Amino acid sequence: MKKSKKVKTTKTKTPSRVEQKKSVVLSALRSLGEQLYSQLSKKQWPSVRMPSRSITNIHYDQHTRQYILGERFVRRSARNIRHIRPLTQLVWTGSFVDELAREGKTSTLRDVFYSAQAYEMSFTDQAESDDIITDLETVLEHPREDFNVFPEERSAIFGDLTIQYTVRGYEGRKLNLASHPDGMMIGPALTNAEFAECKADKIIAIEKGGLFTRFIEERVHDKYKALLIHTAGQAPRATRALIRRMSQELGLPVYIFCDADPWGMHIANVIIAGSANAAHLRELNTPDAKWAGVYASDIVDYKLPSDPLTDLDIKRLYELQKDPRYDTKLWKREIEAFLRLKRKSEQEAFSRYGLAFIVDKYLPARLKELG
Amino acid sequence: MSLQEVFQEISAADFFYRNRDIAGFTNPTRAIYSTIRELVENSLDAAEIREIPPDIYLRVSHESGPTDGPGIYRIHIEDNGIGIPHEIIPSAFGQVLFGSKYKLRQTRGTFGLGGKMAILYGQVTTHGQATIMSSTGPTKVHEYQLTIDIQKNKPVILKHKTHPNDNRWHGAVIDFLTEADYTRAMPKVLEYLQQTAIVAPYANITYVDPRGRLYRFERATTQMPKPPQETLPHPYGVDVETMKRLIELTKERTMLGFMKTHFHRVGRTIATGFLQQVGLPPKKNPKKLAPDEIVRVVNAMKSYKFLAPDANCLSPLGEELLEAGIKKELSPEFVSVYQRKPSAYSGFPFIVEVGIAYGGEIEPKGGIRLYRFANKIPLLFDEASDVSWKAVNTQMDWRHYKASPDMPIAVFVHICSTKVPYKTVGKEFIADRPDVEREVLNAVREVARRLSLFLSKKIHLAHDKHRLDVFQKYLPKIAGFSAKLAKKEKPPDVAPLLKSVLRYEKIEESEDDQDEDAE
Repeated sequence: MKKSKKVKTTKTKTPSRVEQKKSVVLSALRSLGEQLYSQLSKKQWPSVRMPSRSITNIHYDQHTRQYILGERFVRRSARNIRHIRPLTQLVWTGSFVDELAREGKTSTLRDVFYSAQAYEMSFTDQAESDDIITDLETVLEHPREDFNVFPEERSAIFGDLTIQYTVRGYEGRKLNLASHPDGMMIGPALTNAEFAECKADKIIAIEKGGLFTRFIEERVHDKYKALLIHTAGQAPRATRALIRRMSQELGLPVYIFCDADPWGMHIANVIIAGSANAAHLRELNTPDAKWAGVYASDIVDYKLPSDPLTDLDIKRLYELQKDPRYDTKLWKREIEAFLRLKRKSEQEAFSRYGLAFIVDKYLPARLKELG
Repeated sequence: MSLQEVFQEISAADFFYRNRDIAGFTNPTRAIYSTIRELVENSLDAAEIREIPPDIYLRVSHESGPTDGPGIYRIHIEDNGIGIPHEIIPSAFGQVLFGSKYKLRQTRGTFGLGGKMAILYGQVTTHGQATIMSSTGPTKVHEYQLTIDIQKNKPVILKHKTHPNDNRWHGAVIDFLTEADYTRAMPKVLEYLQQTAIVAPYANITYVDPRGRLYRFERATTQMPKPPQETLPHPYGVDVETMKRLIELTKERTMLGFMKTHFHRVGRTIATGFLQQVGLPPKKNPKKLAPDEIVRVVNAMKSYKFLAPDANCLSPLGEELLEAGIKKELSPEFVSVYQRKPSAYSGFPFIVEVGIAYGGEIEPKGGIRLYRFANKIPLLFDEASDVSWKAVNTQMDWRHYKASPDMPIAVFVHICSTKVPYKTVGKEFIADRPDVEREVLNAVREVARRLSLFLSKKIHLAHDKHRLDVFQKYLPKIAGFSAKLAKKEKPPDVAPLLKSVLRYEKIEESEDDQDEDAE
């Protein structure tokens, strides 16, 4: 593996990936507007067609290894009195994010909810406005992060990757992501940044903040040439998208490290196989990422301190058994191991062997095992 | 009370005094209500009998004693009725009389008792006298001050004078003191006057209450109902006592003639057939009937197939007047009235008239408001025992008519008959006789059907309006935002689409509705 990877960056002529994506989103927004405009000009009832997100229309696709939407479509038509309000909200949201994108500003889901009130478009609640954002994602076929609407949750990254900002006021400026020992927040600016130079050769995603800090203190980024990502529980979509980009653009393998329980497993699985909620979107998952533990079998092998599984944990395990995303040897083996053991452990459980054990013994063994 | 009729002395005034509960003078609260009611009804009858649109002025003023309990009040009423011939004024007001009612027709009062009872009660409770002024229209107005000698049942004239009558006024003025608990009676008094105004929309009623407040119920029309015609008793309604009196009175010498002359819708053929059935020779002298024969005749009358009574003797209000009355007092959003064809129970003809009203000044009260009238008298007490209450509240399923008890709905039931089937002597509610019950229920159903049509139209209009509001709110926004997104200068015109909105029916709402979001 190469020691350092210089990412081909663009100075002026050819537009960067980020810029390309931005222009694709803007033109999708414009054609949405043009479609409705032309329907109205022809004295037709404006309507928008999009794939149905009904649960019966969500299928697991073996090819892309993620959930996708099926063949069924729905039409939101202004002619239908029950559709005209959500359709109006959809167009309003479109024009709102169009403005955001043009001005290079970002917004949160909560912002959208409040901004609507200025246009007498008030949403009944946040759930309604979130739903409209999801509609817009479905219509535009882009995640909301692409049109500058971000969730509140932020996760963090640390490691030897130099990024180049594209956001207004920082254009062209560079930053090494190892500059701050707490890690760098994965927010809109980082999400929209280009990768300038990368010296890492792998990515390790960690569920817990405490362990993320431990890894930095134990210099895992040096010892294993790794980019460390703190998922802060279930990884936000911006983080999942960033992991995918780094994995693809930088060609780095991804290892995910979570608690040894069904919920930890699912954090890893969503990064790998995506969620049903995002079945209308692509390029949020990293199919080649690897679940690196903590496995049920580790609880036995390493004699980790453990707690009994709750009824809820067990119920969740049975659900996961039926989930097509868990249809591989490793997942199946470990679900069975959990059900057999009826115990769970946290990542921090390795501390019984000293603070460095997890980094010095467990991690190299697991990385070697996974190749 | 009409004066062409023969008056006969019946029993002593003190019989009624001792049995004053019968006439509605149980206590000072009930007494003032009954006093007002009897006087107003006499005045209305006195005007209606000759189709004079009634003008009634009533004043109740506090004289002495407490106002938060029984006190002394002065009652003063003026009307423009036909007046009372001066020579019978003392008897008419100072003697408890029985009106000769061998001939039947519909009037408010039946016995000519109420007015006298009111004065009698006043005299007993205050030791006062009554002042009566009246004229039938000639050159003089007569004024009497009198009291009633209860034991002798005779008027005692204290003063009699005459005034010139330059305006040819006709009518009556009555003025006397009485004991009353007006404060407690007030709600019922006002309700009574308003309901009277509904059922007598051709009357002007002015009322000044003890606190000097003026209530004015203006007439909405000068059209009057056709006055009732007198009619003979129908054989079905005759009892032994009536029969005896008829026999005493008759000038007929044969049973055949007797039957023909004194009974309603009995002609030669029917009389002959009936007498044959009873086994009496047609030539028999009615005055020579033995007591057991009289009983036999009366019993046979109940079962013989006579013709049904006709309704000429009734004076219903008519759909037009009922509607006018409801409209003027309640200004409803919707009103419909309906008059059933005449029917009969036990030989007494009756007509049911109903009205239904929605909205306007009718406030929802968690139940359908019921206004009951009998022979143009509002019935205010014992509502739940009334045949109409039963029909409206237990027999009607209002849901079938898209109506519900929490809507502002009022139902009006007017039953007019030569003999209203009151259940008790208190004359406040009507018995659920099967014939009457059927007529009331059918009539209420008919107007309920009309209300249901109105309500569905109203729902439909509200629905249309709601649709238009929604489209008007959102369509211009879609136009505006899509123009902005498409970088167009001007939003497209949405007016043609909005115009077409109201033509759409429900078809559109069921389509494309399966896009539920899911995990």
